[in-house]
Amino acid sequence: MATEVLMPALSPTMEEGTLAKWLVKEGDKVKSGQILAEIETDKATMEFEAVDEGVVGKLLVAEGTAGVKVNTPIAVLVEEGESVSDAPKPAAAAAVAVAAAAPATVAAAPVAAAPAPVAAAGWPHTDLPEGPTKTMTVREALREAMAEEMRADPTVFLMGEEVGEYQGAYKISQGLLDEFGPRRVVDTPITEMGFAGIGVGASWGGLKPIVEFMTFNFSMQAIDHIINSAAKTLYMSGGQMGSPMVFRGPNGAAARVGAQHSQDFAAWYAAIPGLKVCMPYTAADAKGLLKTAIRDPNPVVFLENEILYGRSFEVPVDGDFTIPFGKASILRPGTDVTVVSFGIGCSHAMAAAEELAKEGISAEVINLRTLRPIDYDTVLASVMKTNRCVTVEEGFPVGSIGDHLASTIMQRAFDHLDAPVVTCTGKDVPMPYAANLEKFALITPAEVVTAVKSVCYR
Amino acid sequence: MAKKPDARPNVSKDDLLKYYREMLLIRRFEEKAGQLYGMGLIGGFCHLYIGQEAVVVGLEAAAKAGDKRITSYRDHGHMLACGMDPKGVMAELTGRIGGYSKGKGGSMHMFSKEKHFYGGHGIVGAQVPLGAGLAFADKYLGNDNVTFTYFGDGAANQGQVYETYNMAELWDLPVIFVIENNQYAMGTSVKRSTKSTTLYGRGLAYGIPGEQVDGMDVLAVKAAGEKAVAHCRAGKGPYILEMMTYRYRGHSMSDPAKYRTREEVEKIKTEKDCIEHVRDLLTQGGLASDEELKAIDKEIKAIVNESAEFAKESPEPDLSELWTDITV
Repeated sequence: MATEVLMPALSPTMEEGTLAKWLVKEGDKVKSGQILAEIETDKATMEFEAVDEGVVGKLLVAEGTAGVKVNTPIAVLVEEGESVSDAPKPAAAAAVAVAAAAPATVAAAPVAAAPAPVAAAGWPHTDLPEGPTKTMTVREALREAMAEEMRADPTVFLMGEEVGEYQGAYKISQGLLDEFGPRRVVDTPITEMGFAGIGVGASWGGLKPIVEFMTFNFSMQAIDHIINSAAKTLYMSGGQMGSPMVFRGPNGAAARVGAQHSQDFAAWYAAIPGLKVCMPYTAADAKGLLKTAIRDPNPVVFLENEILYGRSFEVPVDGDFTIPFGKASILRPGTDVTVVSFGIGCSHAMAAAEELAKEGISAEVINLRTLRPIDYDTVLASVMKTNRCVTVEEGFPVGSIGDHLASTIMQRAFDHLDAPVVTCTGKDVPMPYAANLEKFALITPAEVVTAVKSVCYR
Repeated sequence: MAKKPDARPNVSKDDLLKYYREMLLIRRFEEKAGQLYGMGLIGGFCHLYIGQEAVVVGLEAAAKAGDKRITSYRDHGHMLACGMDPKGVMAELTGRIGGYSKGKGGSMHMFSKEKHFYGGHGIVGAQVPLGAGLAFADKYLGNDNVTFTYFGDGAANQGQVYETYNMAELWDLPVIFVIENNQYAMGTSVKRSTKSTTLYGRGLAYGIPGEQVDGMDVLAVKAAGEKAVAHCRAGKGPYILEMMTYRYRGHSMSDPAKYRTREEVEKIKTEKDCIEHVRDLLTQGGLASDEELKAIDKEIKAIVNESAEFAKESPEPDLSELWTDITV
């Protein structure tokens, strides 16, 4: 009986991957546990083992093929003496049919074919400066920002868990060890409180550390140093010494990783005087804001998002492109309602705006980009124009950024409001694991659509 | 603690007088601070260093220009010992604009970038990785500075101390961990908080050498400091000095003193006082006359009184200071 070998999901957020290399060829006998292929995910290149014994009847996907969806048949195993024609038809292989049919010579081709833009395609973006752009992922943008700033300033260095030899738990720092060496790309033990404190001390000693948390969930182990040591020292020293450094890493929910690994810290850190807080959405945000963060003489909390890492956007080619703090962008202009978001929330806001447009509601989508300082002026000007506002974020509802914006709008633009501000947030529960519950716990475009309709009385 | 050591012939009169003067300055300064606290001129928390003066004075004698220091909230002695101006320290205690932090830090949060004093930290143990970070920067920048990272026997039970030991040894950081073991973490004696009471020994698990030192003997402190400094400057990584010392006053200004007997305190004061020790070395060795020492006492008293006057007269910070120095 022939069996199909399917493209595996090798990380919580993996939807597709690159079949980097076949380690078997057609006709080879394989045993269970034998390594069949190397598969490159958005995080790492991983070995993929056979589960069953058999003979490789046919390789359905040529090595070097990018964008192979999870669960696509990639090979057929047959029993000895069987032929491939006994195998079931690979119905699901349509998505990669072209690639699969490609001749073996493709193997030598570069694997870095640009992934399809997921969020940006087709939507107007009005937030980029004039000039040439290139398409890149948020991951590449973050890496490029760090590399450029490390080239420009020898006191900038990166420290954190698995940033060096492992090439980054999420591949953000891939290649940096090779370029900058272990002096400037420092692998730490698993000891968040300790290395966050060492990072702050190093910033007082004349360096500009980038401290990577594998995820911001682990920053809770280190939060005393972020707040008590980094954020407050400039004030407590009467202005003598501050902490020029960046704390960065993925923040918020990833996918199916449960309560302890799925939390949005935007409102926590945005509450602290002495910090600056960024939450990029696009790759241009990621690059422009991270470069600004590294150059900033204050401690910056830089909240990334694992799900956005693999998404592609246009980024200015200009190597000196930066985005100032406290300057929101208008992702999509509109006239009927203002939808304010940041980070991955913008993705939901933009999807909702697209839906609403079909129903004749014109939503203006604002991407805050920095949460401390917040660009109140852009938000207020938009609300004064549209007279309605919905906020969108993934974090918990109590004490959310949306709460803060709603109170600000109420105090500063009350007479312009035609409806109460509605705040869309994650649900007030620890993140559940079950797929259906997790989906229900997070904010969705549909909920944003509903909220917008409610403030438009539609 | 060991008995009082004999006079050491290899110490010059000038050095002994210097240590005497510096320790006396700290003691008189702290006594004055206690007095100002009683008068309501100093508020909040105020932790006096009286009794422990030999530790910072001995270690500063082993330091060179460019070396850094960082400590917890019992920090007045460290600041005076590294040459910070008593006026600026006292005015910070009274919350005035003339203070090192313009009155915005207080007793526990003072800094002097100029003197390489990096605080003044109110969170027990937090200064330990911060100090290692300063050492990380010096190693990165390729100079031969060392960082003295002070913490108490209480902080020695904080987890981040051991996270730091691990990385400091792993990366050969030029940091000297100075455990000021004054026997009591607030009101909890070392014996009531741990069964491994030789605190320096915990570093051995990470490969960090260390030793216990008579912290009431400024000469023993200096000798140990020189050894530790040489180890660090040679690129051999961190070193631990466990200074056996004693605090005469309460943990802070509101200490019920129920956790130790008056006799215990009096015994240390009588038998082990670090200032009396140097005074004895000077007088018994015929190096200084009573008159000379009295002149120093008078000089110190004048400096302290001047700092107190300054701290009273310096104005409170302007209300506009509320909003400055939050970000650069």
